[in-house]
Amino acid sequence: MSMLWGMLPSILMIVAPILITAIGGMICEKAGVVNIALEGLMAIGACTAASAHVLMESAGMNPNLSLFLALALGFVVGGLFSLVHAVAAINLNADQTISGTGINLLANGVTIFASQILFSADRTREFRMGMQTDALGIYPTAYIAIAVVLFSWFLLYKIPFGVHLRACGEHPGAAESVGINVKKMRYFAVIASGVLAGLAGGCVVLTQTIQYTSNTINGRGFIALAAVSFGRWRPLGVTGAAFLFGAAQAFAIIANNFPALRVLPSEVFNILPYVVTLAALVLFSGKNYAPSAAGKAYEKGAS
Amino acid sequence: MKLTRQKLIQSDGAVSVLVVVLGFLVGTILVALVGKNPLNMYKALFQALSGYNIDNGRMNIRYIAETLNYSVPFILCGLSMGFAKRVGLFNIGGEGQYIMGLTIAQAIALLGPQVPVLHWLLAILGAIVIGSLWGGVVGILKAKYEVSEVVSTIMLNYVALYLSRIICLQLPGATTYKTANFPETALIGNTFFQKITNNSLLNNGIFMMVIAVLVYWFIMEKTSLGYGMRATGFNKEAARASGIPVVKSISISMAISGAFAGLAGGIVALGSFKYGRVLSGMDNYGFDGIAVALVGNCTALGTTLAGFLFGLLKNSQALMQGKQIPKEITFIIQGLIVIFIALRSALKLYQEYLDKKQLQKEVGIK
Amino acid sequence: MSEYAIEMRNITKTFPGVVANDMVTLQVKHQEIHALLGENGAGKSTLMSILFGSYSADSGSILLDGKPRDIKNPNVATSLGIGMVHQHFKLVQNYTVAENIVLGMEPTKGGMLDMKSARARVAKLSDQYALKVDPDALVEDITVGQQQRVEILKTLYRNANIIIFDEPTAVLTPQEVDELMDILKKLRSEGKTIVLITHKLKEIKEVADRCTVLRRGRCIGTVIVKDVSEQDLAEMMVGRAVKFEIEKPEQQVGKVMLSLQNLQVTDQSGIVRVKDLSLDVHEGEIVGIAGVDGNGQSELLGSIIGLLPLSGGAILLDGKSMGNLSIRERIQAGLGYIPEDRKKFGVVGEFSIAENTALKNYYLSPYRKRFGVLDFDAMKNEAENLIKQFDIRSAEGAQTNTGSLSGGNQQKVIVAREISLSPKVLVVAQPTRGLDVGAIEYIRKRIIAERGKGRAILLISFELDEIMNLCDRIATLSKGSIVAVNKQNEVTEYEIGLMMAGSKKEAVR
Repeated sequence: MSMLWGMLPSILMIVAPILITAIGGMICEKAGVVNIALEGLMAIGACTAASAHVLMESAGMNPNLSLFLALALGFVVGGLFSLVHAVAAINLNADQTISGTGINLLANGVTIFASQILFSADRTREFRMGMQTDALGIYPTAYIAIAVVLFSWFLLYKIPFGVHLRACGEHPGAAESVGINVKKMRYFAVIASGVLAGLAGGCVVLTQTIQYTSNTINGRGFIALAAVSFGRWRPLGVTGAAFLFGAAQAFAIIANNFPALRVLPSEVFNILPYVVTLAALVLFSGKNYAPSAAGKAYEKGAS
Repeated sequence: MKLTRQKLIQSDGAVSVLVVVLGFLVGTILVALVGKNPLNMYKALFQALSGYNIDNGRMNIRYIAETLNYSVPFILCGLSMGFAKRVGLFNIGGEGQYIMGLTIAQAIALLGPQVPVLHWLLAILGAIVIGSLWGGVVGILKAKYEVSEVVSTIMLNYVALYLSRIICLQLPGATTYKTANFPETALIGNTFFQKITNNSLLNNGIFMMVIAVLVYWFIMEKTSLGYGMRATGFNKEAARASGIPVVKSISISMAISGAFAGLAGGIVALGSFKYGRVLSGMDNYGFDGIAVALVGNCTALGTTLAGFLFGLLKNSQALMQGKQIPKEITFIIQGLIVIFIALRSALKLYQEYLDKKQLQKEVGIK
Repeated sequence: MSEYAIEMRNITKTFPGVVANDMVTLQVKHQEIHALLGENGAGKSTLMSILFGSYSADSGSILLDGKPRDIKNPNVATSLGIGMVHQHFKLVQNYTVAENIVLGMEPTKGGMLDMKSARARVAKLSDQYALKVDPDALVEDITVGQQQRVEILKTLYRNANIIIFDEPTAVLTPQEVDELMDILKKLRSEGKTIVLITHKLKEIKEVADRCTVLRRGRCIGTVIVKDVSEQDLAEMMVGRAVKFEIEKPEQQVGKVMLSLQNLQVTDQSGIVRVKDLSLDVHEGEIVGIAGVDGNGQSELLGSIIGLLPLSGGAILLDGKSMGNLSIRERIQAGLGYIPEDRKKFGVVGEFSIAENTALKNYYLSPYRKRFGVLDFDAMKNEAENLIKQFDIRSAEGAQTNTGSLSGGNQQKVIVAREISLSPKVLVVAQPTRGLDVGAIEYIRKRIIAERGKGRAILLISFELDEIMNLCDRIATLSKGSIVAVNKQNEVTEYEIGLMMAGSKKEAVR
């Protein structure tokens, strides 16, 4: 039992970025826009953070400052790229799934392209020191994640802004009719999902590895998307879902401590998070809980 | 003048061409921005298309053949995505279906009966069947449990990747990245092609692809099965209320969709390699198939042309790299093309705006 | 103070392909109830949307109390004292009544939501105008009549002096309509100016002071209501003499074709929507189901067609049990269906007329040849046939994209298809919704004609006069059960209204 308790920091390390991204995805869908580009946005955030950090590190900057700036850059650049999805989905009434997929493909190319230009390799240069854990062995990303969850709860349920945002996702016509600017709200929501995904990507690369490669994100963005649905679009539920999926992913590390499980090939544990996600979706398909207007383009003047 | 513009906007073919041109334009600008010479990008593309090297005036027909060969999995994965999209599904699991096809083909190649023709036939059929199962599962999950195919296909992609490793590591002669060589009877190479194309990898897979394209067109446009699928894709509720078996249509279409991608995996495994591979990452044909289908507007002809374009892009990558242009520019162009597909609905908005202005003129408003 | 509260002068508004308002002028006096009358598509809603700021006019001017105003958006309209009670309510289903009323203007304390004062303010308004609502109820749980009151309170919360009502009675029982008429009179006495958009002549006669008639985007004229008759109004609305009653020849009724026995149907969330429902429909008769939307009609329809499973009871078509049959099998057994939402359930918009014609039997010969290959020429020929027979107006004949047809012509395609399949039982839901008078007359005549051919017809409609007009027998539905079945000539609209709300009358089978 104490072994499992000792595993908590590892679980938190893996859960944190998924949770941050999922909250962003939840805010976005609550306003009515489906964003499946979370994967690509995480990749962009991760690549940005890794590149920025290694460059600042080799320039001799204080590592803590460098890490902070790297995360901040991931945050900002993630937001910038999400603007593409925002314009396509909100102003041009594009198919939100196509637009999101396009960003994923684009991110795939842009990140490695940037690595080629900056580092003449298909990956960023390895940085020497990533984030450090605190006295409890927990990375700061876990605290960031908790803050994000609390902030989202406050934003969505305690102030008028949140009431308006959720109305845009349930009945944009009603929102528009009382003077809420649906387009502006949705822009906020999409950008929120972009900055959070970018931040989360930075968290992944700075806590779990030493550089960005095309395998760094490996489906986490989609797992976050599944967590939104499985968590029924509420902060508490999404947190629980992210924990479940993250724990499955952490299991690969945990399994090493149980000799009985060590005989299985490592791939079995690699598969676990994806299978768990799939099973969760099947068993608890919560389609009825989605915001009513999510995924549909809003045409002004249409009832 | 207005009539021509309207016709162009409504023509999906013209929009696809526009989208591709725009993608290339932005890619060109990007290359220039990072200090490389975009002309080299086009020289590489030209060489991959025609075999003619502008810089040294030499001609090598192998390039043309390789472009054709690369097109095959792109076209097939495009057909995979396109078939599902016609029924209203967004199948981004082509990658996983491709991987499973590839894996089973390799397994049958190494473990199956070494009888000429029968051997590779079995392997290819196995690839098709496993692909259709991998896709069919998604269809059933969607049709019966309303599980979003967007998420389930991505999950199955990763499951396929790791499952493939587990299986292939158990195959005869397996090391960390390859297996023993395939027996001759399992290969689908074509010695005639090899001879006339200066030893390219162009193989019998191209014939299978052509058959697949024809099958796609025939099922979709000519059969009652395709009719039911198209109706389901356009308006699921009306189809259901009219008695069309929607659950069955969705499941079957995902199965057929998976079959196309599985076939692609089998062809690549047995045509472009002499041994099995233990995958460490995804080949990406499945993902690129998404863009191929969107550009090709999910029609048989469009997908073929778009797939050829992507084959061209891929074949030019090594050439580009040799000219100091990162090959990832091709991925960027593909991503841009998919994003620009959003132009389609924007163009519709633009056309509505034009119509309104015209109408106002007729009614006499200033 | 100017003579008029509202003056809209020479308003013109175009949309892609249509001129919705063509130089329309409207003048509404202070503290009057002014009706805006016109058929579907005449331009009434558009005109009022311009007044409310949802659209902006292409040209023309608006004056409020004599002062010219530029109403850019609903916010501006609201600040000028204009409120709108929409036809399709703009309410967030999973918010409470209070949350909906204060949406966009929530009271706050220190930046955070102050729902306590919101609830208090709502309660006060509710008392002042005698509009009873429960501030904490979720909108999705309250009745349609109550939802409408929430919409009205929304406008009063924002201090509206001019209130626009867009087709407010479409979704109400006769009793609720009476209550609404009283509410309108009370609002007028409290100093409000009311614009009532409607096509219901009876209501105009009952409550309106003056009436402006629109036809095809143009203003025909303004009349003082007590000086004209319903017939006069109808003629202004349509442009010619209108026959209200349909000729229904006497008919011999045959055997039972459709038998619903003790039906029980639950919806997707497990709530029982149809309880112990029994009804027989004979050959050659039209049985109507009267009731307010939301009392189980959709679930009843769904279970008959096959979209919803039965959780109890049986459905027999010509003696054969249908409960276990698939939708396709029921169609083959002789069930025809004209759906209430033609775009959603009736046609595939992207298909041509020819392809839509074959929607129910494309997989049979003569359309289906060997190996599953389809004979599209055969579809085309049949479609051309039906186009001629049913006078379907289309740009390119059988190849026309069905989505580009007008509502009336789309409905004709559906009616043509269903009738051409010679069904034994024809289930018809809201067949004339959203259609102009010409199309309405045509569709109703066709339904009567099918009755003459001996078909068993089940008609579900929310328009009571349609039911009274067409049906031989009328079953009244309330809360998922049939309250009573009466012969059409033995019951009045008023009595049906009472039954819709739940009270019983002697059933006549």
